[in-house]
Amino acid sequence: MRFLDTPFRQALAVLVVAYVLIDFGIPYIPPLFGVDSAPVPNTVVLQYLLTVLAGLLLWVSDNDERWTEFKRPIQEVLVRPDKRVGRAVLLVAVPVLVAFVTWGRVKPEVTAPPSFRSIHPAPPRSITFQGETMQLAGLENPLRSEGSLEAHNEVGKRVYYQNCLPCHGDALDGLGHYAHGFNPAPLNFQDVGTIAQLTESFVFWRVAKGGPGLPREGTPWNSAMPAWENLLTADEIWSVILFLYEQTGNDPRTWEEAGAEEGEH
Amino acid sequence: MRSLIGALAALVLLAEPALAQEAARRYGDFPVIGSRAAVWVAAQLHLFFAAFVLGVPMFAVVAEVIGIKSGEERFDKLAKEFTRLLLVSYSATAVWGAVLVFALVTLYPGVWTYLAEIFDVSMWVYVGIFFFESATLYLYYYGWDLWKEGRAKWFHWGLGILLNLWGTTVMFIANSWLTYMMSPPAEVTPDTAPGMVQFWSAFANATWMPINIHRLIANVVFGGAIVGAYAAYRFLMAETDEERAHYDWMGYIGNFVAISALIVLPFAGYWLGREIYEFNQQMGITMMGGFMSWLWIVQAFLIGVLFLTGNYYLWVGMGRIPGAERFQPYTKYMLVVLVLGVIVWATPHSMIASRDEISAMGGQFHPFLGVLGVMSAKNTAVNLMILTTFLSFLLYRRANKEPVVGWAGRGTMVQGALFGIAALVVLFYGVYGYFVPAIVRIGFSVYQVLAVLSTIVAVVVLDVLMLRGATSRGEIRWGQMPPRSQYALFILAVTFTWLMGLMGFARSGIRQHWHVFEVMRDTSVDAATPALGYASVVISVCVLIFLGMVAFIFWVGGLAEKPIITKAARGEGPHAALQPAGGD
Repeated sequence: MRFLDTPFRQALAVLVVAYVLIDFGIPYIPPLFGVDSAPVPNTVVLQYLLTVLAGLLLWVSDNDERWTEFKRPIQEVLVRPDKRVGRAVLLVAVPVLVAFVTWGRVKPEVTAPPSFRSIHPAPPRSITFQGETMQLAGLENPLRSEGSLEAHNEVGKRVYYQNCLPCHGDALDGLGHYAHGFNPAPLNFQDVGTIAQLTESFVFWRVAKGGPGLPREGTPWNSAMPAWENLLTADEIWSVILFLYEQTGNDPRTWEEAGAEEGEH
Repeated sequence: MRSLIGALAALVLLAEPALAQEAARRYGDFPVIGSRAAVWVAAQLHLFFAAFVLGVPMFAVVAEVIGIKSGEERFDKLAKEFTRLLLVSYSATAVWGAVLVFALVTLYPGVWTYLAEIFDVSMWVYVGIFFFESATLYLYYYGWDLWKEGRAKWFHWGLGILLNLWGTTVMFIANSWLTYMMSPPAEVTPDTAPGMVQFWSAFANATWMPINIHRLIANVVFGGAIVGAYAAYRFLMAETDEERAHYDWMGYIGNFVAISALIVLPFAGYWLGREIYEFNQQMGITMMGGFMSWLWIVQAFLIGVLFLTGNYYLWVGMGRIPGAERFQPYTKYMLVVLVLGVIVWATPHSMIASRDEISAMGGQFHPFLGVLGVMSAKNTAVNLMILTTFLSFLLYRRANKEPVVGWAGRGTMVQGALFGIAALVVLFYGVYGYFVPAIVRIGFSVYQVLAVLSTIVAVVVLDVLMLRGATSRGEIRWGQMPPRSQYALFILAVTFTWLMGLMGFARSGIRQHWHVFEVMRDTSVDAATPALGYASVVISVCVLIFLGMVAFIFWVGGLAEKPIITKAARGEGPHAALQPAGGD
């Protein structure tokens, strides 16, 4: 590995390996082991690479000897007469690369710009549901303590397949028939980052009030979720919530004694 | 009855113009940037200076007492130099405080009147203590050479303690005003007249003490960072080796203070966050999961910068310590842990992605990286970063020492085992957190924190015992630091300042369209919570103004000291004894 005998080349190699791992390794390696993955968004690739680059700069400069060695090829290319051709190539290639990247970022595109929105709206303390005020803080699913869970689940299943299936999908993974038409996409209930993080009262609020009931803060939400309070009864909503948790194997978030809840981005 | 109605009608007639007048005077208007930005800039700059002015005396008295106990004069000089920086900064704090008060009185008279009616007594006490604090500061600084020996020196040190007491009390009082706006007591409603609000319940509200503690620690961090930047500036401008040695040492102390206090700051922040949730869940979610949540990703980045830069400074510093070369090969592994920690910590849960990327991911959450977006992963990352930073300090401290106690080998192994156990505990609860309900998971962060803190305490105790009477592999060559290490100190100061402004905005912004949360609504034209981009611009401008003013203060500080140092370097002046500091 004579190529890797200078800090400059070593740093370059680490950067390239990091890029390959992030851009190709993350989407393609986990599926080999049966773990779901997907391409990493460009913003995250950039974020990761910048962090790696910062780490590399610290590594090459935390020691005088290494720092001098690291700078040597750069200085040589910039100064030595016999490197004139390489210098000329770099002086053209680097600005061209920068121009190309800049052009790529500013050229007009037909696709919508990346969305920069919060995904976790803060619920109100109370809501008005079909004319009645409901306190959300501390509210539990009433169906868990009355009647047969099985029967409630059956109702929930019927409600889900009659109303939610087209968007949230047969597998409750957010991949219904219409899902691809929406941005933001319908929620994937199988993901541990969705309903598993939420109390049932939060889910009730979201189902009942839908996109129109999202708070003013953080707009535009662009959610296509209907306000189901106009179409379903409270028991039907609670049933479908039971069904969501039962089917995905997730447990709803429970309330702390004092009513505190952890937040997560 | 008729007379009663008549009296009421007269009252209404009398009151109406007064009400109309009050409504008209509720908000003032500030040209170009608007009232909110004007108050924001004034408050932020006041806070920057105040944090510095409150943080520095804390370690000034510590440095002074070390000087008294050890008899090493360099600590006394250091404490005095810290205090000299205070003098000019103190004036700047007061000036910006006055600007803030005038801005509030003229631009937000309604809010000001409301708060003044509840907190009037504490405002008078505040001013009184501020007066005593000023007098104590002047006595402390100008009496330095007068009360230099024997019991007088202890009296002088007592003045330093008193200065801290006044400063802390002043801060606690002011904190009550702003925390009341965030978390007023439950019994206060929009209809409660300010005169009817019970003073003590308003004063000691839900977030008051967590903010007090968080700010107390953060002030030390901030003070240390700014002092480090001052030392870096003086180091780069130094003309003699003596000066370089002195400011290299001072920079090291500044960095040590900042990073040591930074290590405990997340725990205080966690408490504050929990109290905010306890007070109002909606407010907590807005802060951590709602539209303020992106600030936490920015925060993760900036704190990552702090950890990386703080460690980097120590690693570069090892170059001037004989014996450190045996530890230098390990720094790259620590760097890997830190870089991975930053990557995990700053991975957003919901990612910024184009429409195509979103549909490829099947939603806003990445199916594989999504697991890094939740608190289990982030708590694990930050705890491991804290452990790594502590290890850097330990290696730095050990670098030129050779323990002589017989059990040194076993002691080092125990220390290593403690690190290993702490890392395993942190990892175990980090991974286990994914398999338990959220309510159980919240408690796990406490175990992670306890594992790290108890390891730090146990390892330090062992280290102190182990290095008793240790032989030296050679003195630290203070002053032989490459200039790039000093830029690391600048980065620390800038990052801390920025971070403070950004997270201060998060704390204040979660009130949203309320002056006093759910009690007094903001009905001004600026009632909408500012977009993060706009907020970042305002905060960055505040940071620039602050750093510009600090640069001026450093320059003024240099004017006062320069002739003395130069004389000392030539061996002429009274400070001729100023020596390159040895040891650490």
